[in-house]
Amino acid sequence: SVQAHKEEENPEKAMEVNGPTPVPDSYDYDLIVIGGGSGGLAASKEAAKYGKKVMVLDFVTPTPQGNSWGLGGTCVNVGCIPKKLMHQAALLGQALQDSRKFGWQFTEEVKHNWMTMTESVQNYIGSLNWGYRVALRDTKVTYENAYGEFVGSHTIKATNKKGVEKLYTAERFIIATGERPRYLGIPGDKEYCISSDDLFSLPYCPGRTLVVGASYVALECAGFLAGLGLDVTVMVRSILLRGFDQDMANRIGEYMKEHGVNFLREFVPIKVEQVEEGTPGKLKVTAKSTTGDQEIEGEYNTVLLAIGRDPCTRKIGLDKVGVNINEKTGKIPVNDEEQTNVPYIYAIGDILQDKLELTPVAIQAGRLLVRRLYAGATTKCDYVNVPTTVFTPLEYGACGYSEETAVEKFGEENIEVYHSHFWPLEWTVPSRDNNKCYAKIICNIQDNERVIGFHVLGPNAGEVTQGFAAAIKCGLTKEQLDSTVGIHPVCAEV
Amino acid sequence: GTTWGLGGTCVNVGCIPKKLMHQAALLGSALKDAQHYGWNISQPVQHTWSVMAQGVQNYVKSLNWGHRVQLQEKKVKYFNIKGSFSDPHTVRGLTKAGKETVVTADNIVIATGGRPKYPTHVAGALEYGITSDDLFWLKKSPGKTIPSFILYVSLECAGFLTGIGLDTTVMMRSVPLRGFDQAQMASLVTEHMESYGTKFLKRCYPLKVEKLESDRLQVTWKNADLDNEETDSFNTVMWAVGRTPDIKTLNLETVGVKTNPETGKIIVDASEATSVPHIYAVGDITEGRPELTPTAIAAGKLLAQRLFGQSAELMDYDNVPTTVFTPLEYGCVGLSEEAAVQRHGSENIEVYHAYYKPLEFTVAERDATQCYMKMVCLREREQRILGLHFIGPNAGEVIQGFALGIKCGATYPQMMKTVGIHPTCAEEVTKLHITKRSGLDATVTGC
Repeated sequence: SVQAHKEEENPEKAMEVNGPTPVPDSYDYDLIVIGGGSGGLAASKEAAKYGKKVMVLDFVTPTPQGNSWGLGGTCVNVGCIPKKLMHQAALLGQALQDSRKFGWQFTEEVKHNWMTMTESVQNYIGSLNWGYRVALRDTKVTYENAYGEFVGSHTIKATNKKGVEKLYTAERFIIATGERPRYLGIPGDKEYCISSDDLFSLPYCPGRTLVVGASYVALECAGFLAGLGLDVTVMVRSILLRGFDQDMANRIGEYMKEHGVNFLREFVPIKVEQVEEGTPGKLKVTAKSTTGDQEIEGEYNTVLLAIGRDPCTRKIGLDKVGVNINEKTGKIPVNDEEQTNVPYIYAIGDILQDKLELTPVAIQAGRLLVRRLYAGATTKCDYVNVPTTVFTPLEYGACGYSEETAVEKFGEENIEVYHSHFWPLEWTVPSRDNNKCYAKIICNIQDNERVIGFHVLGPNAGEVTQGFAAAIKCGLTKEQLDSTVGIHPVCAEV
Repeated sequence: GTTWGLGGTCVNVGCIPKKLMHQAALLGSALKDAQHYGWNISQPVQHTWSVMAQGVQNYVKSLNWGHRVQLQEKKVKYFNIKGSFSDPHTVRGLTKAGKETVVTADNIVIATGGRPKYPTHVAGALEYGITSDDLFWLKKSPGKTIPSFILYVSLECAGFLTGIGLDTTVMMRSVPLRGFDQAQMASLVTEHMESYGTKFLKRCYPLKVEKLESDRLQVTWKNADLDNEETDSFNTVMWAVGRTPDIKTLNLETVGVKTNPETGKIIVDASEATSVPHIYAVGDITEGRPELTPTAIAAGKLLAQRLFGQSAELMDYDNVPTTVFTPLEYGCVGLSEEAAVQRHGSENIEVYHAYYKPLEFTVAERDATQCYMKMVCLREREQRILGLHFIGPNAGEVIQGFALGIKCGATYPQMMKTVGIHPTCAEEVTKLHITKRSGLDATVTGC
């Protein structure tokens, strides 16, 4: 064990390059990755490329409703992928309405069939699960559908669905266990409420839905459910999209309100009771005001909790190997090389403290980490100016500082905000909202008017934002922005 | 006989109506996709040209109005007259009613744009054919249509006509999208259109157009491959064989403004000045400039700032991004692959490429065979990006931001350092890593 540690500290070890190297006699594997999600799979496939003996453990603890899924992690199964597809279904509903103004004719009444959509989405996810299993096999990564936890130095225990336990050792570990939705801790929450873990495979239409929370998960789900024609209410404790630019967050909320989503602001649920069984059944929710003593009641077919996610770090034996976690949040602090306080244990993805919870970040971090470990690379993951997009009915793309953070960091007199409303050409003929789309850039006056924040609210916000993020990475200034010719007619030219 | 209001080609018979009709066609595809996403729509679905045309034309008219109001607000005097030079500082013009007006000025800017060409050597071309100038103002559906030749105008129009359900054929003499990347992009665009339902008559050129008793048009053409003549009848024949600068009636020779004898375009220097010192020209009419609305706008503004403001800034015509709004859109900025090879030599450039599938196509069971992107870079140390090409949905939105990056001298390593937004099509640009040189399969697989 001491020997292994000495080898860890030897920089030459990290310089081992391509070609299969024999695993040190004491270990079963060069690398064991706990968690088969975006980060874990990217890291394990990368390590296999350098001839390393790699194992990936992935296990999904069923939801309180009994739901589970295949290999691929949150993004593929209960996150980005099904979310975007259902968002697309909702956008298509809007497209149907627009198309009449563009000359298309069909029956007045158009209804949406939840089962048709969900089946298509689940089929596609199934193909991705399968694809990942094949990819792991092809790259000779050993995959076990088992729950991994540390039991001692360099040793983990893997427990499969049937309860069979096996022990494995490895020279290094990467923890990529991700997160799961948080519950409220009120009567009836686990029995009757669902989370995003259940929504995308729900075998019946959710009907009249109460979404609890104001995270992007809450707003995106509320958004597409309303777009599919359902009666949706969002219960918000305080502000929308905490951590995002608040001006943009409020515009998103306004748009959703104008498009039929009900908001109950400054309330929290205190109990959920079942009125009627069924798929869906009927639930009664009692909520209390955060500003007074007022209590309200409401009846819904479905209650969707989206109040946050908690890292899966408390039950994986971290105490047995001495890995520090933030006791309050459960997140793991790492240095800028994704290393925990235990030198041979690394961590990537949503579980990291003070890092962004995004698939592309996890993938990037995982790949770069592995290249540093096994291919002599030195590049570290760049967490600065990572772009993101919230796929609410009116999409929001952002990169860099929010206006309030920029003011805080640089001072109001040192930043300049350029902004504009715009009306997508495609919205003119169907007479859709003509002053809702909006874009702003925040510039640092003292640094050559360098663009330090980019925000856009409008269709295809993700597609628009991606290129701007690349430009910001290149040190884009306002002058360069002004001298770039627009493509006409598109939203991005604004 | 078609005519229109204030605003020029873009607003009236170009970008704006084109994109709106392209949108109408895209919505047709969306209707098909919607079924897969659970929307119950009874088939078949019909398209009514007049509803679309009226929606589009009404919007265009609102823009005409908006422009007139703007000019008034900014105290610009607007004359609806056909102007021509009588001497270097004097313009005279006739109103529709025949009243003459004479205006003198210190500085004059010529921005008369271009108009579609007619292939006058083809019998019946002028009498029976229409152009893009007419297409967007038709009150009745064009029916079975044959846009001729292969500029982007032709492909875009053929694309949306097919999309709204019309029987459309494109006749092309040689290569599609001349001037755009020929190494792949042009043929991927036309391949997609073929699978989309547009018919192509390749290596054919028209000989004559005759009117039949039924009011249909009989078109006879030469098939260069088979070396024979073929014929078919259509409701509409649309010429998209190029545009010619609108200078004939300006009297440029009298004042000494030089034009390129081959193209007819006005020759200008880097400050948009013609051969006559106080006479300038901007837009489609100028020699050697991209024929795009945003460049005309930018050049015009900068010119005004140089003349009357304190600026010395010249217009930068390098790395101007553009998009062709065919059914599967093609956006690009910078050099085509062949231009890069020509300029730097193929050993000095690296082309990264990928075939990808937009997430939204999966559930919709749409074919993504032609969804493709490539980045042309210099091979030496810095690996500066010379050109970026993207075929897929929302190509314009994708390319715009990257054009900014290229303006900042973006390099391949900087692109790789940029984290992708997931799930989008644009993120694939930041993940490009397979080179053409490697010969490896460039299909993107999974997350």
